[in-house]
Amino acid sequence: MAGLLKKKKRQEAEIPTASMADIAFLLLIFFLVTTTIDVDTGIGMTLPPKLEEDQEPPPVRERNMLKILVNAQGQVLIEDELASIQQIREEVKKHITNNGVDPNYAESPQKAVVSIKTDCETSYNTYIQVLDEVWMAYFELWDAEARKLGYPNYNAYRASLGPDDENQIRKIIPAQISVAEPDC
Amino acid sequence: MASQHFKKKAETKQGIPTASLPDIIFMLLIFFMVSTVLRETTVQVRTLLPRAEALTKIDQKRLLTYVYIGPHKKPDGRLGETRVQIDDALIDDLTLIRTIMYNKLLEQPKLIVSLRIDQDAKMKLVYDVQQELREAGTLRINYSARPEAPAS
Repeated sequence: MAGLLKKKKRQEAEIPTASMADIAFLLLIFFLVTTTIDVDTGIGMTLPPKLEEDQEPPPVRERNMLKILVNAQGQVLIEDELASIQQIREEVKKHITNNGVDPNYAESPQKAVVSIKTDCETSYNTYIQVLDEVWMAYFELWDAEARKLGYPNYNAYRASLGPDDENQIRKIIPAQISVAEPDC
Repeated sequence: MASQHFKKKAETKQGIPTASLPDIIFMLLIFFMVSTVLRETTVQVRTLLPRAEALTKIDQKRLLTYVYIGPHKKPDGRLGETRVQIDDALIDDLTLIRTIMYNKLLEQPKLIVSLRIDQDAKMKLVYDVQQELREAGTLRINYSARPEAPAS
């Protein structure tokens, strides 16, 4: 009896852990190889909701709309004047921050709309370049607005917002970009 | 003097304690397991993304669904005509997109459609796909783009 007890005590149930590190390494290497830590980056947009049959698109006054036309060759017309893609940013900024001064530009940033119209044959690359310039104009204006509020840039301001806080900057300068049906 | 010095040196234990090694490895392992997204679809079209500057990061990968548009990669390596791919299927009839996307939206009401479009795609097709997305009610989209190449 006593001997049995003694024997039981001696039998230590132990899993050999020496190979544990090897197994873990193997798994680790597998995940290292298969992992792609590529954060998806892109230009976010919100499409306008579908219109009902008899519904008309909301009217926008001519002066509040900055029309950007892009043809198949990648040439740009801003308000019917030939321009380069690099000029778009300044034009858009001028349009939004006009505040009713110039009768050709918008009445206020809240009413300003930027319309992009392409040709059916325009390449997607050109479209993204144009869209990128328009967004950069907005980002630069938002950065300026954030600096007024005492933040180094717009991203810092946005990071400071809670999940339920309203984004005041985007309320002052809303991004209103409209993509029109391509011309064929 | 010299012998004393040698003796002392011999007494110090050499070797790194390896008891915590599995823990460290496991920690790394768990990190990679969590961050890994195994690609479940094979993209059958070429999607060479355009470059842009005004990029935002999407950190909520769970909300994403992808639409690929680009020239079809043929088995012999040549490029065919521009096609649309959702999940694993190439879409012939664009009006099917609205059904597919509507069903996805029911599953995930905060759905973001990531458009991975080849830079040579034509705007007509892009616009038609967008109209289908409007029909489906998936209004949050994202044009996938690469960051601008560093100025040389």
